[in-house]
Amino acid sequence: MKQFLSFVKKEFYHILRDKQTFFILLFMPLIQILIFGFALTNEVKNANFIVLDNASDAASHELIAQISASRYFSFAKNIYSYKDIEQVFQTDQAKVALIFPPSFASDLEHFNKAQVQIIADAADPNTATTLTSYMSAIIRDYQKALTQNKDLPYTIEVTQRMLYNPQLKGAYNFVPGVMAMVLMLVCTMMTAITIVREKERGTMEVMLVSPVQPLKVIIAKAVPYLLLSIVNIISILLLSVFVLDVPIKGSLLLLMAEGTLYIITCLSFGLLISNLTNSQEEAMFISLMAMFLPTVMLSGFMFPIENMPLPLRILSNIVPAKWFFTIIKSVMIKGLGLKFIWKETLILLGMTLLLLALSLKKFKIRLA
Amino acid sequence: MLRFLLQKEFRQVFRNPAVLRIIFVMPMVQLLVLPWAADYEVKNIKLAIVDNDHSDYSRQFISKVTSSGYFQLQQYSMSYNTALQEVEKDKADIIVQIPTHFEKDLVKESKASLFMAVNAINGVKAVLGASYLQAIVQDYNNEIREQWIQMPRFSPQTVIEITSSNWFNPFMEYKYFMVPGILVLLVTMVGSFLTALNIVKEKEVGTIEQINVTPVKKYHFILGKLIPFWVLGLAILTMGLLIAFIAYGIQPAGSFLTIYAFAAVYLLAVLGLGLLISTYCNTQLQAILILFFLIMIFILLGGLYTPIESMPVWAQWITKLNPVTYFIKVMREVVLKGSNLADIAPNIGIIFIFAVVLNTWAVVNYRKRG
Repeated sequence: MKQFLSFVKKEFYHILRDKQTFFILLFMPLIQILIFGFALTNEVKNANFIVLDNASDAASHELIAQISASRYFSFAKNIYSYKDIEQVFQTDQAKVALIFPPSFASDLEHFNKAQVQIIADAADPNTATTLTSYMSAIIRDYQKALTQNKDLPYTIEVTQRMLYNPQLKGAYNFVPGVMAMVLMLVCTMMTAITIVREKERGTMEVMLVSPVQPLKVIIAKAVPYLLLSIVNIISILLLSVFVLDVPIKGSLLLLMAEGTLYIITCLSFGLLISNLTNSQEEAMFISLMAMFLPTVMLSGFMFPIENMPLPLRILSNIVPAKWFFTIIKSVMIKGLGLKFIWKETLILLGMTLLLLALSLKKFKIRLA
Repeated sequence: MLRFLLQKEFRQVFRNPAVLRIIFVMPMVQLLVLPWAADYEVKNIKLAIVDNDHSDYSRQFISKVTSSGYFQLQQYSMSYNTALQEVEKDKADIIVQIPTHFEKDLVKESKASLFMAVNAINGVKAVLGASYLQAIVQDYNNEIREQWIQMPRFSPQTVIEITSSNWFNPFMEYKYFMVPGILVLLVTMVGSFLTALNIVKEKEVGTIEQINVTPVKKYHFILGKLIPFWVLGLAILTMGLLIAFIAYGIQPAGSFLTIYAFAAVYLLAVLGLGLLISTYCNTQLQAILILFFLIMIFILLGGLYTPIESMPVWAQWITKLNPVTYFIKVMREVVLKGSNLADIAPNIGIIFIFAVVLNTWAVVNYRKRG
């Protein structure tokens, strides 16, 4: 045990001695949470729109004013020919075009019926759909206001409530996601690289001939990163509560326990990578390519998993971040207890054991 | 002189098959797999329905909702609370509650109400899902009205008909949007990491000392490092474009020349970034961490995953200092909209400034003494 502790101490010295790295490890997650908490939002705001107003009458002006006033759109400019739209889209000056027919107001007045056309730049399909539906909603509101004084029979009224996140803040979705991502990066990449570095420099051999069991050598390497990551979780949580206003609804203890479990999963993943590679470059590229993009894309926090084709839906199940993301969302934002997330917890636990078993089996006491 | 340095660098790259394999195979696998995952479209919204009325009208309504294509009926719940449990377990996204006497109220009182509760953790999905559902209720409402009242020839209700069309990508194919973007990310990651690691590795292993004592000039050394990775970067881009064509049938609406012209300058900037970082670091670990930090911000604030327009002003400034933003924008404009060299010229200009600044900074900061 004493030997083990001295190995742990050695690892701490390694980390603390390299001030630059230590600083990055401690502050990178914080800066990321802040940037992403504030800046990453799927919601579309202030999208530029252009107007081809063939009518230029009271009604069209009124409608344009209403659209400009909403927080989703800002008026870019008037155009005077249909052909200009393409030019504007190509240079990215606007995302949507609104087109009025020549007799918009008089159609409304005399026939109670008029038409408008919305053209969206669908190079980004997501924004295009969102903008089209936002703009249609504003036009429908305008139309409703016109008919307000007429009481219609047989009306179904809908009341709706937004659960968990009534202000519809992006941070509610991103904080758990970024947490899953950052922890995975710090733990997996750091363990993998530091172990491979010892291999590369030959100091691993020195440690393996010491009287300490090889297993303990490896565990000693992981302990400092475990502690560092727990500090990271705490600081991320503090930031999200006090700066981003994302509350912790569930039990803090449960949250920390699940966080620790996830950290251990990531550490074992790092161990496995370190066993499979021989140079820092390789270790880094594997952790980067096999982790970073899949974690971003398959964990469900960026893209909805239910939209993916079946093979990917199956594949997403082996991404630990997916399970952790669900757990954090449930505990932190929905305020649920262990009763609701025992399945996810068991899966993470199983993954950890599997990864540990695999990396121990692959672990070579002798270096080539 | 430069020739020998280049020879050395190329040999070193090709001598290490593991790294070579990773830098070519991994991006390709990613390009083949990940675009399938990137589909934001809000569909398959899971519904839990609490039907307290069990009338013809409520059944009609439910079948109208489920046949719309956007919603999946997850379950009929007995009460609001059981439905809420489904939401808690992530099995349902929206709860629709039809009150008792829904049909009776609608027919006799001429007014009925519906209640829906939406899981709003993902705000955008919630808003879109709710508005789809509202639109369906509206439609259904109109159908019922038509059953009960003779519509006069001119509709008593003012109607503005909205037609909408989507340009450049009429089938709303997300892959057209994501594949060029992911390709940019891969080129960026591989380019910057390779350069930075390569130089820092020479520092760590100590071979840089050997080069430093030779009469090799600063700029020779740096050019010798940049050129091989510049070539590699373009090779990856070419492979990526090929895959985009073979696997996804994506053919740029603009010309390849435009893409390559931009990429050539862009790679200089990215390699310069790697170079600059390598001059500040002494170990590969440091270089990896710093690059990682930067690349993560570059990627997530590059406009691929979330629209730049909706970011706060300070974040929009960061995106202006982010080379990835420009490449993604250019790729999108050239591939989807067919912009030509003149259209993207300002972007090339900006990236050129990036390249000059980063590389000069790196050369100034690179010292021959360790």
